[in-house]
Amino acid sequence: MTGAKNQITAWLLLLPAVVLLAAFTHVPAVMTFINSFYSTPRGTRPAKFKGVDQYANMLADPVFLAALKNNAIYAIGTVPAAIGLSLLMALIVNSSIRGKSLLRMSFFLPTVLPMIAVANIWLFFYTPGYGLIDRVLAPFGFAETNWLGDPSTALGSLMVLAVWKEAGFFMIFYLAALQQISPSLSEAASLEGASRWYFFRRVTFPLLMPTTLFVLINAIINSFRLIDHVIVLTRGGPDNASTLLLYYIYQTGFRFWDTGYAAALTMVLLALLAALAFIQFGVLDRKVHYK
Amino acid sequence: MSGIEIKNLHKRWATFDAVRDVSFTVAPGTLTVLLGPSGCGKSTTLRLIAGLDAATSGQILIGGRDVTTAPPARRGLAMVFQNYALFPHLSVAENILFGLKVRRVPAAERTRRLRKAADILGLGALLERKPSQLSGGQQQRVALGRAIVAEAPICLMDEPLSNLDAQLRHEMRKEIRSIQQSLNMTMVYVTHDQIEAMSLADQVILMRGGSIEQKAAPVDLYLKPATSFAARFIGTPPMNLIALANGKGGAIVKGSQGPALVEGSGDGLLLGLRPEEIRIEREGIVPATIRSIEYHGADSILECAVGDQLLLVRVEGIRRHTVGDTVRLGWLPEAMHIFDEAQSQRVERKVLVRQAEPALRVAT
Ligand SMILES: Nc1ncnc2c1ncn2[C@@H]1O[C@H](COP(=O)(O)OP(=O)(O)O)[C@@H](O)[C@H]1O
Ligand SMILES: [Mg+2]
Repeated sequence: MTGAKNQITAWLLLLPAVVLLAAFTHVPAVMTFINSFYSTPRGTRPAKFKGVDQYANMLADPVFLAALKNNAIYAIGTVPAAIGLSLLMALIVNSSIRGKSLLRMSFFLPTVLPMIAVANIWLFFYTPGYGLIDRVLAPFGFAETNWLGDPSTALGSLMVLAVWKEAGFFMIFYLAALQQISPSLSEAASLEGASRWYFFRRVTFPLLMPTTLFVLINAIINSFRLIDHVIVLTRGGPDNASTLLLYYIYQTGFRFWDTGYAAALTMVLLALLAALAFIQFGVLDRKVHYK
Repeated sequence: MSGIEIKNLHKRWATFDAVRDVSFTVAPGTLTVLLGPSGCGKSTTLRLIAGLDAATSGQILIGGRDVTTAPPARRGLAMVFQNYALFPHLSVAENILFGLKVRRVPAAERTRRLRKAADILGLGALLERKPSQLSGGQQQRVALGRAIVAEAPICLMDEPLSNLDAQLRHEMRKEIRSIQQSLNMTMVYVTHDQIEAMSLADQVILMRGGSIEQKAAPVDLYLKPATSFAARFIGTPPMNLIALANGKGGAIVKGSQGPALVEGSGDGLLLGLRPEEIRIEREGIVPATIRSIEYHGADSILECAVGDQLLLVRVEGIRRHTVGDTVRLGWLPEAMHIFDEAQSQRVERKVLVRQAEPALRVAT
């Protein structure tokens, strides 16, 4: 009797969370999945079942393929760089150098700024001719560069910004993890004559592995998830040189109103992220934890 | 084998002197304990010797070589940390061998040393485990193992047993002493536990507020405390320190009718008497009233009032004393320690207490 009552109480307590989660996550996901098999309804023409046609179309869609390739480059370029930089910044801030609270704050600053604001700042950096970067490079004989307008530099410019924005955030996780490591470990190692590099390689880095895994997953998800800067800086251009997957989905769904195709694209993105998360948690997790 | 010589060592943190003018020597192959209450500068002194902190002034010599500014690894010492400082991601074997790998000791030699340390410490079955899979006592052994395989002539230990329970502490204490002796290590051992210090040390260095209060062999520290602080720090329960006053024929216990215990004036002097040196005797020296009784099993601690002073008396077994009884307390002349209250230094005064006749020393 009390058991059943407990059950009811438990479910009632869970209800608000379940309703919200279902209404805004699960139901839309399922709807998206279903919609991805239907054509987009237009005017009086209702949606028509098309099977996997829209998935097949992607393979012949040059913009989708460009977005996929760009996103791969973007992830491979920004994730290790952001992680490496954040670890380096955390190590610097965690050491006993002077003015480290100022450093810590300046490293963390990009994180607290909204992506839109960050993108606007960088818009100024990248302005051809009188932007910060061109001004700095000019005395060294570099010509004026249209960083965001040139297909060969547009994606790279977005990546630099992303690294700058993300590293400060990841630094906080590394810093927290570093402060969990007892200082007596490095003292014990220094008594044995271990160099700082040896200690980092054999002790600090392995002990930071759980953090690295966590940061890695977040970094990869973010590389598929954050497109505010694309919208502000390049709108995917020029000539789709900086189109990322999510930006393409946004364009397809809300610019061209091809919601059926956008649903199919969304499912691909979801599957991609699920696969990555599965690999990371399933495979790496076993090697990472030492406790 | 090398000894340690510390000369006028001083360490200042910002505005605070943690170690003040500390000098002592540790003879090769002996064990010196740095003893003192928490915050008195023991760990700081040890860390200065290890080179983990830099001395503000003074000199540290190891094996006759000045190592005051040498990096830790160049000092030829091993150290056991209070929290053991084991690497959580490495197995017991890897933890023990960490330093040897750093120093590129050949694999065959590493194996030999690992086996030897594992034998000494009984770690054979645990070598593949991670530190988190070990009990506190086992972790402690791994930390000791790391110090043993280093085969450093000098071993420093900072409160190595304070995280263990009483039973284990007792066992490990004996083990550390026997390892130190069989491997002929020069050891500096930090503790705040006077029993640990007394049972382990060849030399005890008692510290207080950053300075050395007394350095002596355990027996001498017990028999001849140099200051009233040293007197009270050693012994359980600690030595009674009761105020003396001027009286007829010499110094008497303050507030009592005599008799005179010490020649000369008594004002400003303290009389130190260890609870275990005081006996209840029919022909005892001073009359006393029992204020309270605490049974400890094998013995009991009586709190007695003499004059307006209180002192603790340890008596064997459960006696038939009751609170409020009037008894006489006696002791041997050599059990008396006199201290100057203001300076807290030991002073030598002629004692007026006679050696009691053996026949009269039968306890009531
Ligand atoms: N890194 C430090 N910075 C400032 N003060 C310190 C530092 N380390 C220790 N102290 C101070 O020095 C004094 C002695 O500390 P310590 O040697 O650790 O004492 P203990 O005898 O308990 O081992 C303490 O008052 C402590 O607060
Ligand atoms: Mg200490």
